[in-house]
Amino acid sequence: MPITINDTPHDLPDDPRVSLLDFLRSHAGLTGTKKGCDHGQCGACTVLVNGVRINSCLSLAVTHDGDEVTTIEGLGSPVSPSEMQQAFLRHDGFQCGYCTPGQICSATAMLKEIAAGWPSDATDDLEASPKLTGEEIRERMSGNLCRCGAYANIVAAIRDVAGENA
Amino acid sequence: MSVHCKQDAPDERNVLDSTKQGVLGEPLERPEGLLKVTGTATYAAEFDAESCLEGVLVTLPVVRGTITSIDRESVLQMPGVVAVITDERLTGRAAQGMAGEAPFQPAQQVCYWGQPVALVVAESFEEARDAAKHLSVECNADEGDAPLDPDTVEAEQRKPTKNGDLAHAMTQAAHSVDATFTTDGHASAAMEPHAAMAQWDGQSLTVHASLQMLKFNRAELADSLNLKEKQVRLIAPYVGGGFGSKLGISQETVGASLAAMKLGKPVRVVMSRQQVFQTIMRRSETTQRVRLAADSEGRLTGFGHEARVSNLPGEEFAEPVLQSSQFLYGGDNRLLQLEVARIHRMTAGSVRAPGEAVGVQTVEQAMDMLAEKAGIDPVELRLRNIPERHPAKDKPYSSRKLAECLREGASAFGWKDGPRKPRHTREGEWWIGSGVASAARIHAVVEAKARVTLRPDGTALVETDMTDIGTGTYAILGQVAGEMLGLSLDDVEVRLGDTDMPPGSGSGGSFGASSCGSAVFLACEGLRDTLAEKLGIEASDLSLKDGFALWENEKKSIAEVLDGKAIEEIGHFEPGKSTEDYAVASFGAFFAEVAVNHWTGETRVRRMTGAFGFGRVLNARTARSQCLGGMTWCIGNALTESLLFDPTDGHLANCDLAEYHVPVHRDVPDLEVVLLEERDAAASPIQAKGVGELGLCGGAGAIANAIYDACGARVFAYPMTPDRVLAAMPDK
Amino acid sequence: MRPFDYQRAERLEHAAQLAADDDTMALAGGTNLIDLMKLQVETPQTLVDIGRLSLGEIADEGDGLRIGALASNTATAAHARVRSDYPVLARAILAGATQQLRNKATTGGNLCQRTRCYYFTNIDQPCNKREPGTGCGAIDGIAKLHAVLGTSPHCIATYPGDMAVALAALDATVEIAGDSHERSVPVREFHRLPGDTPERDNVLEAGEIITSVTLPAPVGGTQIYRKVRERSSYAFALCSVAAVIDMADNRFTRADLAFGGLAHKPWHDPRIADLLVGSEPSPALFDKAADLLLEDARGYGENDFKIPLARRTLTAVLCEATGVEA
Repeated sequence: MPITINDTPHDLPDDPRVSLLDFLRSHAGLTGTKKGCDHGQCGACTVLVNGVRINSCLSLAVTHDGDEVTTIEGLGSPVSPSEMQQAFLRHDGFQCGYCTPGQICSATAMLKEIAAGWPSDATDDLEASPKLTGEEIRERMSGNLCRCGAYANIVAAIRDVAGENA
Repeated sequence: MSVHCKQDAPDERNVLDSTKQGVLGEPLERPEGLLKVTGTATYAAEFDAESCLEGVLVTLPVVRGTITSIDRESVLQMPGVVAVITDERLTGRAAQGMAGEAPFQPAQQVCYWGQPVALVVAESFEEARDAAKHLSVECNADEGDAPLDPDTVEAEQRKPTKNGDLAHAMTQAAHSVDATFTTDGHASAAMEPHAAMAQWDGQSLTVHASLQMLKFNRAELADSLNLKEKQVRLIAPYVGGGFGSKLGISQETVGASLAAMKLGKPVRVVMSRQQVFQTIMRRSETTQRVRLAADSEGRLTGFGHEARVSNLPGEEFAEPVLQSSQFLYGGDNRLLQLEVARIHRMTAGSVRAPGEAVGVQTVEQAMDMLAEKAGIDPVELRLRNIPERHPAKDKPYSSRKLAECLREGASAFGWKDGPRKPRHTREGEWWIGSGVASAARIHAVVEAKARVTLRPDGTALVETDMTDIGTGTYAILGQVAGEMLGLSLDDVEVRLGDTDMPPGSGSGGSFGASSCGSAVFLACEGLRDTLAEKLGIEASDLSLKDGFALWENEKKSIAEVLDGKAIEEIGHFEPGKSTEDYAVASFGAFFAEVAVNHWTGETRVRRMTGAFGFGRVLNARTARSQCLGGMTWCIGNALTESLLFDPTDGHLANCDLAEYHVPVHRDVPDLEVVLLEERDAAASPIQAKGVGELGLCGGAGAIANAIYDACGARVFAYPMTPDRVLAAMPDK
Repeated sequence: MRPFDYQRAERLEHAAQLAADDDTMALAGGTNLIDLMKLQVETPQTLVDIGRLSLGEIADEGDGLRIGALASNTATAAHARVRSDYPVLARAILAGATQQLRNKATTGGNLCQRTRCYYFTNIDQPCNKREPGTGCGAIDGIAKLHAVLGTSPHCIATYPGDMAVALAALDATVEIAGDSHERSVPVREFHRLPGDTPERDNVLEAGEIITSVTLPAPVGGTQIYRKVRERSSYAFALCSVAAVIDMADNRFTRADLAFGGLAHKPWHDPRIADLLVGSEPSPALFDKAADLLLEDARGYGENDFKIPLARRTLTAVLCEATGVEA
């Protein structure tokens, strides 16, 4: 079974060593997903697999047959950017832009995780539904490093999309 | 045509305050932003090239030695391997910023652990990476002779600044502080690893690279390869962060180029994150002694700042720790002394705000200690010690908002003034406290050119090889042009990062905006003259707004004035005497509130305010973002960032992003930025100074002072990790 | 990465058969193994992908709970019963790594994750764990992360995980299957001390695969996971404490404690519960508990601080659990 990336099926690579990240960038031509560390330490390679965010650098492409992958290009385009992409633009939630696709993929998935009631290290009451506080957003986004230091603006962008709940 | 200005005197005309468009300084969105948020901005490794080969650098786990042989055959039989590049032109070190020539040391001479010595090229990345691990390299190791610890070697003294007699002033002082601080080494850790993709057509080389200063980089690369500069084209429209690490060319760019030239095919080389840590510029660790002597009212009578830093043998660069100590505070009796220890760690070079990033915070801690001894509010103490004129060189300040930043920052933060005593507030396990620090960063400008074209349709095109490394260059150059030419940002196209275009300053030292902005300004002045000439009026009578030329009671669209013909100018800015005749610098103030855990010594910054004056604000949104970035770095500098070198073989132990701790989202609270408008006529023709580094210059001291105010732990070592805070906790 | 043969296991027995080969490794979430393969710290000739075996279920087991080996860390931490009955486990998982990693990382993989010692992950450095007989670079090197309890002259690495520390406090059991056998091992005995075979992190034998972790019936009480780290998130523990504490009439009736970041395994010392249970909480008693914990502690210079830090963190946790002010 092929892998589906942004609704387009692709054949898997012959070399099992190819990471999902390298597959996206080199084989599928989708360079929006970034390689920052290649070891799951920066989050620049974050994509959604079957709706769940993962570090694509720490996953072998061959293990993803039948999976649906959504990358930054699948969330929106310059012609039709997603709500989160627009919010990052509005709040200057990036500078050099290199961590940005990972931040946006992460943020997009993160709001769904909170809605689904997944707790985090910042959740006060494990048995209650998590609240969309600044501390919750920051903890849940801590897997995405930004060396330019755009964190404050990224959090503002996420709060903007989350609306009244944040 | 070209408009040239060597600025020998302050430009008091403030031309940009009389233009009509009103676009300059506005908090506009970045024009390239939509590409960045949709993943369609292309970085160095991402340009499409057919049949591109992949290269991986081979590094040697030896701290010092000479390569005797490299057994290419050991990997040439491996699947996919195309070549092993051992060309003697491979470089072992990264070039220092603005070197403009090849890094002098060849790859064959190893002088730090993990130095690249060869490049393996293969059909695929996985094949190249595996083969690179298997290349057999013989080396005459020479480890016995390699000093590794900066504290154990005799250091070279740089020329000191001496006024009066500091030692005597210390003995006469009503209040004095004599404290020694250490700061650990830092890595730039830009999110985009160093990357290059090179193509050679037999005559000329085109390299997509991740570099900050293309004019200099082109010269460095040409010199490394023995090519003429005109044979080399560098392209870098987007750079995934630099922070000094991409000022000069490094091994991946030279390696990819040599491979492409040898093989006649495009070659891509991307450093692994570990290689970036191990081979690219570090910020030197420092040991700093600060001495302050003051009278009974806290006015400084003596100021001493001595620092030891390190670098490899043969490197001129020495972390300029004392840079702002020259002029930040007064005190007639002064001693500033920098010394450099020669050790075998990777090259020390510029990391965001070289000098001030580690030099201001120690002075600011000492000032806090002095305030306590003198029983004076720390903000007031600083206000009392702002000198009238440059204390050592007796020249005037061009403009300086330090006092305003301290006052307005204190007000915005809600600073409680008066004498202070630690451990005044506890919330559960957490001690709460606050601290202040001044910010200071020298100003610099660099020669820059930019071409501005008014196209027949009345829109403008700005072209320069200047880079945007996240700093906002696309926005601000467009805004300078838009302001001068009466156009909205939508009607100004900015093209950057290609050496086929006029050479800008490059991004570094916070000088890009004022230098390249001035080049664009000059070009636009020329265009305004041409438009006025076409209209038969004096340029001073011409206003440009919303695409129209306005004079007396007349109005005509710019397109109409152009009458189907494009006009262009190259602006050429050069620094002159104005920045020598005055003490020119950016200033500011930081206020931080922290919580320190009583049990564990963990410190969390709860909020932080920065107030900054850096000349004309060109875009309030991107300028604020630069300040936010700097303040975020303050948190890493104060609490988490430290390069750890093995004492036995000198290798960098924590060479990845899991163990070199740059701040994460949760480390960074809401940050408040106060921008003070200022015009600095001596700084640049557009009255702007630098902001990219100012936000990092001193803020770690505010956090350190807040830690003391919170829990009474005066920590003298940065970063202030839990172990260090606990060791200084008064009631262990 | 070295080239390897990729195989997908269709059944558990198949996986176990394949994994019996010394040069074969099992791939689950991959967040640690692929990391190490890229560094060539791990160089399996065959990789058996067990990711699609049906081992992801989290289900009641009597009054207890069985967590499948392939349940993601996210699924475990978000599971209603884990949150209500075993909160220390949810807390520990959530204190580790990042959401992206927890979404991939599995129960079994987390238990088997390898040390983060800088010398282990750098193949150009000596490391007895990675390459027996080459020496330990950390003992005279950068030992900030390293162990102060149960070390040997051959290895001072720590087990880096959080989840297993909570499992040790909860006295959970690891269920293991081979080609033709099954066995259970208490979590507290699953990880080993380094001794003179630091290359072995745990008691798994070749051909054995973790199938699940079983939690005993819930015991209630106050459950705390306290992790001290250099960043506020996304950093390994300098020291961590998992605590399951219960009181009656101002005396401890339960004091199950386990410690992370201090040793080659989640550290559990039964003498601490023996000391505490039946006694009234007091700063002096907490000090005695710390004395027991740290009786044989030994620092290696850079990590000396962990000894006082462990004492203070334990005290903080006991104060928080009992309401005693120190």
